[in-house]
Amino acid sequence: MTSALLRKFRPLLALAAVGLLSGCNLVLLNPAGDVAAQQGDLIVYATIMMMLVIGPVMALTVFFAWQYRQSNEKARYEPEWGHSISLEIVIWAVPLAIIVVLAGLTWVATHRLDPYADLIRIDEETPITEDVQPMQVQVVALDWKWLFIYPEEQIATVGEMAVIEDRPVEFHLTSNTVMNAFYIPDMAGMIYAMAGMQTELNAVMNAPGTYVGFAANYNGAGFSQMRFDVKSFGSDAEFAAWADEMRASSEGILTDATFNALSKPSTFKEVVSYNGLEEGIYDRILNMCTEADTLCLDDQMMVDALGGGGLDGLFNRELFAGLCDADDPRALLALIKPELREDPELYASVLLPPQDTTEMRSN
Amino acid sequence: MATSVPDFAGQLTRGTQGAEIAHPFWGKLTWDIFPFYDPILLGTFIVVCIGGGALVAALTYYRLWGYLWTEWFTSVDHKKIGIMYMILATVMLVRGFSDAVLMRGHQALASAGYVGYLPSYHYDQVFTAHGVIMIFFVAMPFITGFMNYIMPLQIGARDVAFPFLNNFSFWLTVSGAILIMLSLFVGEYAATGWLAYPPLSGLTFSPGVGMDYYLWSLNIAGIGTTLSGINLIVTIVKMRAPGMTWMRMPIFTWTTLITNILIVATFPVLTVTLALLTADRYIGTNFFTSDLGGNPMMYVNLIWIWGHPEVYILTLPVFGIFSEIVPTFSRKRLFGYTSMVYATAVIMILSYIVWLHHFFTMGAGADVNSFFGITTMIISIPTGAKIFNWLFTMYKGRISFELPMMWTVAFLLTFVVGGMTGVLLAIPPADYVLHNSLFLVAHFHNVIIGGVVFGIFAGINYWWPKAFGFKLDRTWGLVSFWGWVVGFYFAFMPLYLLGLMGVTRRLSQFEDTAYAAYFFTAAIGVAMIAVGVLAFFVQIYVSIRNREALAVDGDPWNGRTLEWATSSPPPYYNFAFTPRVYRRDAWEHMKQAGYERKTDGFTPIHMPHYTATGVVISALWTIMGFALIWHVWWLAVASAMASLVYGIAHTFNYNRDYYIPVDEVAEIEGARTKKEAAQNSVVAAE
Repeated sequence: MTSALLRKFRPLLALAAVGLLSGCNLVLLNPAGDVAAQQGDLIVYATIMMMLVIGPVMALTVFFAWQYRQSNEKARYEPEWGHSISLEIVIWAVPLAIIVVLAGLTWVATHRLDPYADLIRIDEETPITEDVQPMQVQVVALDWKWLFIYPEEQIATVGEMAVIEDRPVEFHLTSNTVMNAFYIPDMAGMIYAMAGMQTELNAVMNAPGTYVGFAANYNGAGFSQMRFDVKSFGSDAEFAAWADEMRASSEGILTDATFNALSKPSTFKEVVSYNGLEEGIYDRILNMCTEADTLCLDDQMMVDALGGGGLDGLFNRELFAGLCDADDPRALLALIKPELREDPELYASVLLPPQDTTEMRSN
Repeated sequence: MATSVPDFAGQLTRGTQGAEIAHPFWGKLTWDIFPFYDPILLGTFIVVCIGGGALVAALTYYRLWGYLWTEWFTSVDHKKIGIMYMILATVMLVRGFSDAVLMRGHQALASAGYVGYLPSYHYDQVFTAHGVIMIFFVAMPFITGFMNYIMPLQIGARDVAFPFLNNFSFWLTVSGAILIMLSLFVGEYAATGWLAYPPLSGLTFSPGVGMDYYLWSLNIAGIGTTLSGINLIVTIVKMRAPGMTWMRMPIFTWTTLITNILIVATFPVLTVTLALLTADRYIGTNFFTSDLGGNPMMYVNLIWIWGHPEVYILTLPVFGIFSEIVPTFSRKRLFGYTSMVYATAVIMILSYIVWLHHFFTMGAGADVNSFFGITTMIISIPTGAKIFNWLFTMYKGRISFELPMMWTVAFLLTFVVGGMTGVLLAIPPADYVLHNSLFLVAHFHNVIIGGVVFGIFAGINYWWPKAFGFKLDRTWGLVSFWGWVVGFYFAFMPLYLLGLMGVTRRLSQFEDTAYAAYFFTAAIGVAMIAVGVLAFFVQIYVSIRNREALAVDGDPWNGRTLEWATSSPPPYYNFAFTPRVYRRDAWEHMKQAGYERKTDGFTPIHMPHYTATGVVISALWTIMGFALIWHVWWLAVASAMASLVYGIAHTFNYNRDYYIPVDEVAEIEGARTKKEAAQNSVVAAE
């Protein structure tokens, strides 16, 4: 829908860009990734559409101001004229018409470019086929650096990430600190990363090279330095070589302890990497329980869902830690709902099948 | 790459100020709360001390304290309160604009590879203060000042419905302004951004007193705004002159009514939201923490449920101002009065259902984002209709380009650009790339400067003669106009481009020097605006000096609405006889019908007494706020109790009103008759 129009306009736009803005790189209108490109196109189309009203309005303003100036005695003067049904219809209908079109565009584009939705194409010409598996990257915002976890490669990096050209990437994001926004202008629009919550972003990079990414939502004193390089490799082999390099220069395995050390406030100075991932580390970061003796949020929710343990529950965060597991709440139930044991049917009914809770967790 | 970013030693400390553990008497107050370590703040402090000292000395020398107290501070006259609002806003404009100059200067240097002069700890406070001050203590008081001064005159009333409440509301706003100004020299201000999203604004991440200054100043000022909103609604509903039906009200009165409905509906949301955050910080609740069942997203939703209508609280009255100016200077009726009223009402309703467009990037689903994107766009329909209405008011008119009209034309040309970029940002996928960028910053400055600020200056130039009896100097007015208008384009067009280049807001350091030229251009723009600001002060000074030559009668612009029926300045009772309204543009109609002002047959006029209660309670609340910020609990309790006792005592004061004797009315009206006769003879002689 959008691409054919743009191709017509592209030389024109490029010409205008070169003429007016020589030397400035409007990355939003000319990004390297397909998602960002579609978002940039949207800006151009919407602007053109709105100029259909804005242009005449500005011209009319200047024209009326000049034509009906006081000294122009020749212009008509009708001091009591203040109403015209036909004119009123026009001035309500013209903006309405533009907005109806824009609203349609908005509905379609918002659903098409929903960050949670799987990509439907790799670039303008290439639709996604069944066998394309998006690369998984788990992103954690820290004070003031980004941690990237690659579950497939079993590595983690800080301050630099890598993707493969034309391979979709599925980011899962959370924060270990304040609200952050994850933004790689060349790749896709931003999305917030918030502690105890997970957001998702689907995107793809269509050209090799090194790009920048950064935190786009103000997050404290180290905000300006919270940037990272995004390397886009032309082949799987290059990416594998990068992963090996990361493994070789690593600081060991990403565990609760190494994560807690990393999460202390600091600005990123040089790339740090980890050559292994402790089992479930991302889930524990997401559920804010990497510190010893803290109850994971999902486990806490399970406690709450089961009634919270009454007054004891006010003080039981430490008590429940280790005992309670969202995947298998039997031990917890025995503690806070002992009466359930006497009614096996009821007992079974409050227990969700384990695979269901796993499903809930990864979503 | 990232290592090349210049680094400030010690800048990564989350600000903490004052004692870690509160002293039973002094609270967190210690000697090191004064920021003498910072040369910029120290210099400002010295300048403010010298300036403030000189002002106090001058007031004392000329024995003006008594005059100010009895004639102004304790006044319940809506006109004096309106002027005091404008003065407060002008003073705070200087502060807010100084912050802007600091930021533009710093970014111009930092983007060119220099370290700049603001460590992030300081820079972050500056942009927070800039936003809070410009919205709450510049734009709001300007708007409230206009509404206070003009609306009762336009509806033919003698004062607002609750004159004491009006005075109290004003002083609560001053109280908030005092607290925010104190934070400059005593402790620190919040470094969170102007809406202070948790968890950053929570105790864990902002343990210092800056956030507490933020909360208490806005808590107190917000209550003042709510009370003022109730007051002005009741005034319009109950106190219109006989014959002024709803559809005969001037458009400015309409926008005042609708704005205050918005205020009354939304400011309580702000107060509750900030109260919940205050509870999180003071008594350990977890409404907005990430843990323990709290939810920061709830704060973001709540604050924008207030925040978006707030945008219209600022712009609607300004639309009202333009709707008065365009017909007056086009010498013609307003085109499409009815659609103007309905457009305003539609904007009022729509402004409640668009708040989520401020955080499309939070990860809501496509249906939710589309809904809020489309509702946002729909607002541009009534707004567009308004623009067309002004255009067709100019059509077939006789436009005289006095200063207010020039500001209006600049507004029309500038505002549509801001409106367009606003609709652009309302498209969620476009917002994903433009959110938090300098494009966004350029957009809202485009609508707030191009709309609200231009409207404020249009209104000041328009109604100044009414308030003071002489016009503002045109030459310096033009300098101010061109400084602001040209400066605006230089300052913010580069920001649009930077936004498209992927540069985000609130950055204090840059690793890429490619942006330097743009930031430098923006800095030049701010320098031009500075000329505009300075010229505005010169304009006022020159006009006061030449007030004899610039003197005017009651109706210098050949106005159309009732405020121009009074003398300039109006007598403190506004109208000796309550006018009767037969048509829209009541004053224009009276003039056409050959109205002659009655010069005898006066009756005593019922008026309220002045009272010090508003000043005293607000002063006590300022102390309470300061004590709460610094955890001086005994003082907080004492001042709260004192304000309660004083307030209750005030209710026992039954001597609240009096009648102006006929003789006094006759004397004031007689003086006006003589003055007008003299002016007429001068005109005749010329």
